[in-house]
Amino acid sequence: MTDAVLSQPSRSPFAMRHPSVLVFLVVLGLFTVAITVLSEGFGLGMISTSFVKTLGKTLCLCLVALAMDLVWGYCGILSLGHMAFFGIGGYAIGMWLMYERTRLIVVDSLAAAELPPTVQEISDGIATQIFGVVGASEFPPIWAVAHSLPLQLAAVVLVPGLLALIFGWLAFRSRVTGVYLSILTQAMTLALSLYLFQNDSGLRGNNGLSGLQNLPGLDDLPQSIVSVWFFWASALALGAGYLFCAWLVSGKFGSVIRAIRDDEARVRFLGYPVEGFKLLVFSVTAIIAGIAGALYYPQAGIINPAEIAPIASIYLAVWVAIGGRGRLYGAVIGAAFVSLLSTWFTGGQAPDLVLGPLVVQWVDWWTVLLGLSFVAVTLFAPKGIGGLFDLIADRRSPNRHGAALGPDPGALREREASE
Amino acid sequence: MNTLLEVSGVSVSFDGFKAINNLSFQIAEHELRAVIGPNGAGKTTFMDIITGKTRPDEGRVSYGDKSVSLLSLSESRIAQLGVGRKFQRPTVFEDQSVGDNLMMSLKKERGPFAVLVFRPSDKDRARVAELAEEIGLSGALDRKAGELSHGQKQWLEIGMLLAQEPRLLLVDEPAAGMTPAEREHTTDLLKAAAKTRAVVVVEHDMEFVRRLDCKVTVLHEGSVLAEGSIDHVTRNEEVIEVYLGR
Amino acid sequence: MKPNFLRALIWVLCLPAAPAWAQDADAPIQQLLQEHAKVIAKSSRKTIGPAIDALAASGLPEAKTVLERWQAKDMWYGKEDGLFVFAEKVDRKTLRIFDVSDGSEIGTVDPKTHKQLKPNSGIRGLIGAALVQFQLNDPDPAARLTALDAIERDANASHLTALRGAIENEPDDRIRARKMRLERLLTIRFGTDDAERIAAIDSFESDLGVDVRATLNPLIESRLEVAKEAPAGYDVLRVLQPGSEDLTRAAAHALLVESGFSAPVITRDDKRAALIANIRNGSVGGVQVADLNTDAARDLAYAELARAGAVDAVATAADIDAALAAHVFFERVVGAPPLVAHAALEALEAIETRVAMARTADLLLDGMSLASIYFLAAIGLAITFGVMGVINMAHGEFIMMGAYTGYVVQLLIPDYTVSILVALPLAFAVTFGAGVAMERLVIRWLYHRPLETLLATFGISIALQQIAKNIFGTQARPLTSPDWLDGSLIVNDIVSISYIRIAIFILALLFLALFLFLMNRTRLGLEVRAVTQNPRMAGSVGINPDRINMLTFGLGSGIAGIAGVAIGLYAKVTSEMGQDYIVQSFMTVVVGGVGNIWGTLVGATMVGFLQKGIEWMNPSNTLAAQTYMILFIILFIQFRPRGIIALKGRAAEA
Repeated sequence: MTDAVLSQPSRSPFAMRHPSVLVFLVVLGLFTVAITVLSEGFGLGMISTSFVKTLGKTLCLCLVALAMDLVWGYCGILSLGHMAFFGIGGYAIGMWLMYERTRLIVVDSLAAAELPPTVQEISDGIATQIFGVVGASEFPPIWAVAHSLPLQLAAVVLVPGLLALIFGWLAFRSRVTGVYLSILTQAMTLALSLYLFQNDSGLRGNNGLSGLQNLPGLDDLPQSIVSVWFFWASALALGAGYLFCAWLVSGKFGSVIRAIRDDEARVRFLGYPVEGFKLLVFSVTAIIAGIAGALYYPQAGIINPAEIAPIASIYLAVWVAIGGRGRLYGAVIGAAFVSLLSTWFTGGQAPDLVLGPLVVQWVDWWTVLLGLSFVAVTLFAPKGIGGLFDLIADRRSPNRHGAALGPDPGALREREASE
Repeated sequence: MNTLLEVSGVSVSFDGFKAINNLSFQIAEHELRAVIGPNGAGKTTFMDIITGKTRPDEGRVSYGDKSVSLLSLSESRIAQLGVGRKFQRPTVFEDQSVGDNLMMSLKKERGPFAVLVFRPSDKDRARVAELAEEIGLSGALDRKAGELSHGQKQWLEIGMLLAQEPRLLLVDEPAAGMTPAEREHTTDLLKAAAKTRAVVVVEHDMEFVRRLDCKVTVLHEGSVLAEGSIDHVTRNEEVIEVYLGR
Repeated sequence: MKPNFLRALIWVLCLPAAPAWAQDADAPIQQLLQEHAKVIAKSSRKTIGPAIDALAASGLPEAKTVLERWQAKDMWYGKEDGLFVFAEKVDRKTLRIFDVSDGSEIGTVDPKTHKQLKPNSGIRGLIGAALVQFQLNDPDPAARLTALDAIERDANASHLTALRGAIENEPDDRIRARKMRLERLLTIRFGTDDAERIAAIDSFESDLGVDVRATLNPLIESRLEVAKEAPAGYDVLRVLQPGSEDLTRAAAHALLVESGFSAPVITRDDKRAALIANIRNGSVGGVQVADLNTDAARDLAYAELARAGAVDAVATAADIDAALAAHVFFERVVGAPPLVAHAALEALEAIETRVAMARTADLLLDGMSLASIYFLAAIGLAITFGVMGVINMAHGEFIMMGAYTGYVVQLLIPDYTVSILVALPLAFAVTFGAGVAMERLVIRWLYHRPLETLLATFGISIALQQIAKNIFGTQARPLTSPDWLDGSLIVNDIVSISYIRIAIFILALLFLALFLFLMNRTRLGLEVRAVTQNPRMAGSVGINPDRINMLTFGLGSGIAGIAGVAIGLYAKVTSEMGQDYIVQSFMTVVVGGVGNIWGTLVGATMVGFLQKGIEWMNPSNTLAAQTYMILFIILFIQFRPRGIIALKGRAAEA
């Protein structure tokens, strides 16, 4: 997205100056309308509610992939922790959903009692319902604001943001870069998931939070309607996220973070506080990931610590790499393509592959195929699927025999750098 | 003339090897200075210390009118104070256009939030165009920096340094790998730059240094061996010995 | 004629029993048995005691045999004469009987003429206990040891005398030492004289045995009591503060209630039930039911009810505070006389200190063995990542491949010793091959692109894991160690270390030595160092960098395979086992300082000891230990970004 600084008028609308953004928003809008028309809740009922949910979840995954692309594809930080932020967003909203729904049930059941319930009795009732599975009957301190939707919504944004800010400050301050940073973020993710796996973590250990698909107070509403609501919300979030990311990378800020990716030390000698930029990008993308998670898990219905395990963040990197990093639509395409394909293969819908006496069952072998195709993409098509668009557009790029664009490990190779 | 930068008694060692040994150095505002020395004399480490990349074990580095100590400041902070550095290998952002490279270097607020809301004004565009003119890349503003020739990249980098409007410019072997014509152009650029700021040029090539026509500092084994005009230092017995061997 | 005939018939019928009359009815042992014949024949556990004691204390040499055969249900007595005999049932009609005094055969009789003594298990136990004193002096050392074992399992006061009598003539030094130790333990338990008990207690102050503590602990058993004033007696073990760790306020108050010093408190549920029971016309104690939705309102209503006498008064929070403040809580010893109890307490405290020291030693051993496991897992990485700078996320899967190789070899070769000896080189070969293949096919194209290498090797890691899952299933597979690696080296009751951990430790040391030798003393090491420092220069002096990279990477991978076999012996083999070690291994290398094997060693030591230390502080939760350890490492890297042993200057930037 290197718009030449001088040749373009600055007054024209943002979307006009960036046709790819416009195209993306139009496509997303048409897609949303189409799904609504075909859905069970609002239209012809040609696609099932569960598939609407799958598509809605996919949009959330696209949003977190956007965040990943911003932090990795543009800023060169290969974070293996963004799915942890995604999960934290999910937990934050899940706490309110679970609390509020349980509260309604408990209040309902206590209404028939001879004495009107006290606050304490209601609270104890909810706690017993929620924490009975881990053998506790009191609210851990972490649930202090679970009763308040606005505060939990704030937590969706603040907790991932602050965690990223603290972690990023520690890591960037001591100039941990490249693979070291990746390993460190992976360790952070591992620590978080191990912590959540404990029963006394206050978040129900490996049971996680469940029943999130039911909106409190809206029990009468069928899931076919709720699923479309969430689909809209996800589409809106993705559209807004895309616009925001495009705005972020279009101007001088984008210029600087790409420069950081390619040659961090040089940017420092230009006088830019590199750590501040990295920290900002890291935290902002963590927040985007948190929001995506908060939209994803009510559609998935359940969240548990396994969702936060390091492997999830690795898959996120896989999506972005396959889609094509360093371009926003690449991340979206990669996430949508790979996650939908994954659903198809692991859902048992893909026909078995018969190789003579060998029968390849995709449920078992899909992961192998994914892993190997990921290796292939890294080796042979570093531009990913997004590279196909360059073929169509026949863009020319300078030929420097595959040399890196900068000395930093995160720098793009020239084969990939074309935007 | 006022002293702009004063380095005094600086030493630094890596695993017991003394790269810089009790080095002292001064440069005034609007002065052009060449620093020469054989391989391993500590030229690059000297620049690293001034720009904040390497922290010395002892000594002082003070800069500017208020004699700020540079030792506790980060690289970016030092750059913001007006110390620009050009590396030996041209380091421009090859993935971005020449215009973007220059725009990024313009002297502006450097904080992330200021950068986020920054939109170039007409004045900024004019300044970029003017700089491009100066370094002979007017026609190449929209081209990717990676497509430029080696010499053009060197100029682009000098242009980026000028865009920073530094008070002190550190230039590491600017003429390496240039054609004679390009060298001449580079000499002119540096001499012009030194009219409004202090410029330190680290160079191997005696001819190039002679053409700069300025005071020369000779480094050897991490400290100053001789200082003076080019003719003065080339007559110095010690310098001859160091350069030619015994 | 007829009566004569009958008489003759009886005589004939009795004929087989005739030798019974030849039995020695006057032998001292028979006399003794006859003395107690009634209780012996009655065979009741409650009354049999004196009979057995008399036999045991008789000093007769045949008493032991009698007791043994009695216990074995071999003793019968004549229905007519009441004399005791040993007997063997030959068949349904024949019983062969023997004299109790010398075991000589008397003859055969009809079983109907005699009755078998059938001591129940309780009596057999008593007989067994009585037999102990004989066994303690048995000429066979094994029998003596068995007797000691029996006493240790279930001692009673009578053993003490038996044991004391059996020490002096003990020929075997080790058995004598054991007897003396046991005698002192029994003295502590059953001694009648306080002074001798205390002396015995004092002699154990440096003994870490679990049995010592098990003997001492009942002595300091105490009872929580409460009084208005602190009692002065020597039997007061300690005074407790309510609300402290050893005595919660609730427990203290419960004791007060029990002793009648305070009114009870009422649970929220009981209070609620009492209120519900007293609802009259929509209000309770003058408060409207609809207003009873706060605890304050409910307390008010309840107090009103109590005033009206409808419910029992309960203690308020203020009452409880006052009652607790007005009383002293203390523990009174009940397990032993006060002097003995105090001596036991002192001895226990002294032992506790030593136990703590021994625990620390044990913890250090544990930490060391964990450190050697991490070192083993990380040493391959120290080569591929530390020396070559290639980040291989599939390293964990190479460990897994090594472990599965071991498992497959064990399926084919049933002898565990042979299979391990085959598995180690085979695991090396398999993972060496896999490493070389990976280097040739993937990593070679990505040198100096660490992030791409990381991602590509992730892909391989995912694929390898799934392939292992498809082949071997998700179930954990065992890798059994040979017999000679089973068991532990036991230093004392607390400090012990299993041989397998020692083996892993030795293996880790061997690999350290191998690494140092390879890198510093061989041509290969020289070339590896040359290639990693400057591949172009190395190439120009005749080294083939491709070949060296391939070999080095293969070597690192091969060592991972061997580590896999070792780790498989110690933990279960699953397709996910590599994941358990990969992050810790990278941490080990990073913490130690990349490119330095000593750093890796220090890193592994630190990570291992740290994890054990955190586990020790919070033993219930190994997950939390891992969490805190990772957090610690993240913080550690803040202060030493380049690791413990860091390279400086130009070398570090290369």
